[in-house]
Amino acid sequence: MSTTIAQNRSFGAALWDYLTTVDHKKIGILYLVSGGFFFLLGGLEAMAIRIQLIKPANDFVSAGFYNQILTMHGTTMIFLAAMPLIFALMNAVVPLQIGARDVAFPFLNALGFWLFLAGGLILNASWFLGGAPDAGWTAYAPLSTTSPGHGVDFYVLGLQISGAGTLIAGINFLVTIVNMRAPGMTYMRMPLFTWTTFVVSALILFAFPALTVGLFLLMFDRLFGSGFFDASMGGNSVIWEHLFWIFGHPEVYILILPAFGVFSEILPVFSKKRLFGYTAMVFATVLIGFLGFMVWAHHMFTVGLGPAANSIFAVATMAIAVPTGIKIFNWLFTLWGGNITINTAMLYSLSFIPTFTIGGMTGVMLAAAAADYQFHDTYFVVAHFHYVIVGGVVFGIFAGLHYWWPRMFGKILDEKLGKLTFWTFFIGFHLTFFIQHFLGLMGMPRRYWTFLPDQGLDTGNLISTIGAFLMAFGTIVFVINVIVTSVKGEKVGGDPWDGRTLEWAIANPTPHYNFKQTPLVRGLDAFWIEKMDGRKEMTPAEPVDDIHMPNSSILPFIMALGLFIAGFGFIYQVDNSAWLAAVFIGMGILLGCMFIRSVKDDHGYHIHKEDLDKGAGL
Amino acid sequence: MKGWMGKIRALFLLSSLALILSGCGRENLTAFLPKGYGAEVSLNLIIISLAVMIFVFIVVMIIYTVVLVKYRRKKGQEDYIPKQTEGNKALEIIWTVIPILLLVIIAVPTVSATFDLADESEKEDTLNIKVTGNQYWWHFSYEDEEIQTSQDLYIPVGKRIYLNMVSSDVLHSFWVPSITGKMDTNPENENTMYIEAYEEGVYWGKCAELCGPSHSLMDFKIVAVSEEEYNQWVTDMQNFDAEAVPETASAQEGQELFQNNCISCHALGSSPVAVAPNLTDFGNRTKIAGVLDFDKETLVGWISNPEEFKEGNKMTNAEYLKNGSLSEEEISKIADYLLQLKPTTITPESATN
Repeated sequence: MSTTIAQNRSFGAALWDYLTTVDHKKIGILYLVSGGFFFLLGGLEAMAIRIQLIKPANDFVSAGFYNQILTMHGTTMIFLAAMPLIFALMNAVVPLQIGARDVAFPFLNALGFWLFLAGGLILNASWFLGGAPDAGWTAYAPLSTTSPGHGVDFYVLGLQISGAGTLIAGINFLVTIVNMRAPGMTYMRMPLFTWTTFVVSALILFAFPALTVGLFLLMFDRLFGSGFFDASMGGNSVIWEHLFWIFGHPEVYILILPAFGVFSEILPVFSKKRLFGYTAMVFATVLIGFLGFMVWAHHMFTVGLGPAANSIFAVATMAIAVPTGIKIFNWLFTLWGGNITINTAMLYSLSFIPTFTIGGMTGVMLAAAAADYQFHDTYFVVAHFHYVIVGGVVFGIFAGLHYWWPRMFGKILDEKLGKLTFWTFFIGFHLTFFIQHFLGLMGMPRRYWTFLPDQGLDTGNLISTIGAFLMAFGTIVFVINVIVTSVKGEKVGGDPWDGRTLEWAIANPTPHYNFKQTPLVRGLDAFWIEKMDGRKEMTPAEPVDDIHMPNSSILPFIMALGLFIAGFGFIYQVDNSAWLAAVFIGMGILLGCMFIRSVKDDHGYHIHKEDLDKGAGL
Repeated sequence: MKGWMGKIRALFLLSSLALILSGCGRENLTAFLPKGYGAEVSLNLIIISLAVMIFVFIVVMIIYTVVLVKYRRKKGQEDYIPKQTEGNKALEIIWTVIPILLLVIIAVPTVSATFDLADESEKEDTLNIKVTGNQYWWHFSYEDEEIQTSQDLYIPVGKRIYLNMVSSDVLHSFWVPSITGKMDTNPENENTMYIEAYEEGVYWGKCAELCGPSHSLMDFKIVAVSEEEYNQWVTDMQNFDAEAVPETASAQEGQELFQNNCISCHALGSSPVAVAPNLTDFGNRTKIAGVLDFDKETLVGWISNPEEFKEGNKMTNAEYLKNGSLSEEEISKIADYLLQLKPTTITPESATN
């Protein structure tokens, strides 16, 4: 198809290719680019926060604007940066790791991405349309229901639409992993990254509906005059907190488990050993996922749920430390006795271990309900979740990008720049957040626009801001690294790291159809087994035959566009009912596309085996 | 290798140095120096859990260091393929069981402390105060004593006092780190928490739940005084006479202006009106609006343009500001009146041993 004329194609053709693609590798790149963009945006917001707090009684930004920045920093980083960057890795890697030619539902995969982007753009459009949401990323009612202007409406619609995209992506990966594994790849032979993707997809399936429901109720309260969270109308604002955290806590594991998966791939490869205690690792992952649903109220210890509820949730939360500890020790013993190479991907993985251990320690401390009365909503909590989300998820994303960059783009990211990023980011990170543990207990609540002089909080905040600048520097160097590598970097072969799993058994660049012949999997670390037996390639499970591929489609993009238009209609119809037209037009576009998709047969196409040898689909 | 660990060590040194420089924070604000029962219970629990966790961290770091020192690739061993160990049952059982035991060490005192801090057995026999969180100020109603006050909460030292908390608008959270941990104020239900101050003193309180633009400017104080001083305070507050004529002419005019412009929201004495802070003992406060310096110039500035100091506060919507009915001179007179509202000799300065 379009890839056969890949040479010299115009920008327009490339754009069209990406707008219509259903190829998991290209969708991975789309997720990477947009997630990366939002990551920089969220970082900019973080810098504004740290500059405002560089000294007491500062007024770099106004109090109201500060609340918008802090809300958007959290919302952007969680929903629009961390999630899509993880999806970028999943899309780029998981089908290859299980020996599949694509995901189960390529069309839905594209739809999931475009819905996420539409939601993200709606959310950020608020900056230019009267102000961003300002009730925190948690949007607690009644602050969120009574917040003036349209800010929180953008939050509701933006997250609702991008959340639908996430749900679709989750279901897609579940089906892919259940149905599309290559012959011989039993569940207990799946690489850990595939396992974590599998568990995370299940978490998405059960957690996101709670957010969807909560957002609908919030939307009705704000836009259609209902009173679900309004005490004066018989509603209850604590219900929102429950709904939000029933989603929100599993969400934390949705973010961290794939990072665990990344480290479980990198550590064995660069210590030349198989993962220690594979079975325990798998069960620990499943157990963390399961327990993740039992602990949401530890975010609500000070709400007044009573000592019985607080105690139950405290103990349940502590229980999660056990499978997490199992993982930490298994990683350490994977390294034990190994032949360890330290490159950038490995630096992130190695520094993750102590960093995340600190995050886990403070997690257990926070779980002690009566101690949490002091920690709750202070900078201690801010420090804790940045230790797990930056020290875990962001380190994991950086590690994964350095590790899989040659798979995604055929080149190895520059090691010198990579190490510069690592050291500045790592030192900056600890400088920023370690001190915040103490700031919290010294009396600094989170989400504070300013602090007064003479409260003993000045030095800590100054150090924290200096660290933030180091992190920003490291991030900029990473962007430069990406540019330098793509301009100057040299193409590498398909297996630059002496990899162990299936994604490294493919030539570079990855053909459109991934595997010419579906590989036969003979055990855990399938490619490693073949290499140990002296072979250079996987043993095929089938003769060379025609390859069935899905057709590209512009419909996912148009469907997302429809919801984008409808989103604005929903937000503004409270001001002027003429905006209902946008709702009808947008929803009409969406339903029209769904109708077309339903009635129009699309059987995909075949790459014929004769053409494979001539290089079709490369 | 050396540079690696060296950098980590330097980092920790730098952080701990910073900590020493800044100390444990300001006395009467920091949770590190507990001056009340709740804060002490919490700090004990923090220390127990921190000790266990530091033990875990040390174990992890020892293995980590050994691994990195011993098993880094050596020259001439580039192609060495180590033994592909699958796992080790004994080890895996050890690092499952020991963490469970360690967690029990934390879990037992946690449950016990959680129930202890929620104990309501003495509620009926002691002082109960209703606390209301508002954007962006705190109201305190001593229901049995028929005293209403705002911003400064006077309590007798060494006595368990129950706070029954609600919110009049959005969620807030009542936090006085050196006395006790937080409790949220919700609009739909009353939360109960008890406090007990060990020493006389003025303790800094903060709102700990995002409640709007001026969330960070919602400070309040707990003033813990001796039993006699507290009783004196109660008597004086109960005997407050809103009609009493101030001494100076300016304050007298201010009183009339106050009655005409402010009283619909701001109450004096035991009036239950609590749209805005009760100003009965305003002259004894140490801060204006919780965070501003306490002097006449600031007070006039505050009354003239509250939005400049506390974004989103509700006084901005007051009638006198909307129609500009008060001149600066008149505001100055109101300030004179407010500053002389000192119905009692028990002030934050009394809160010393």
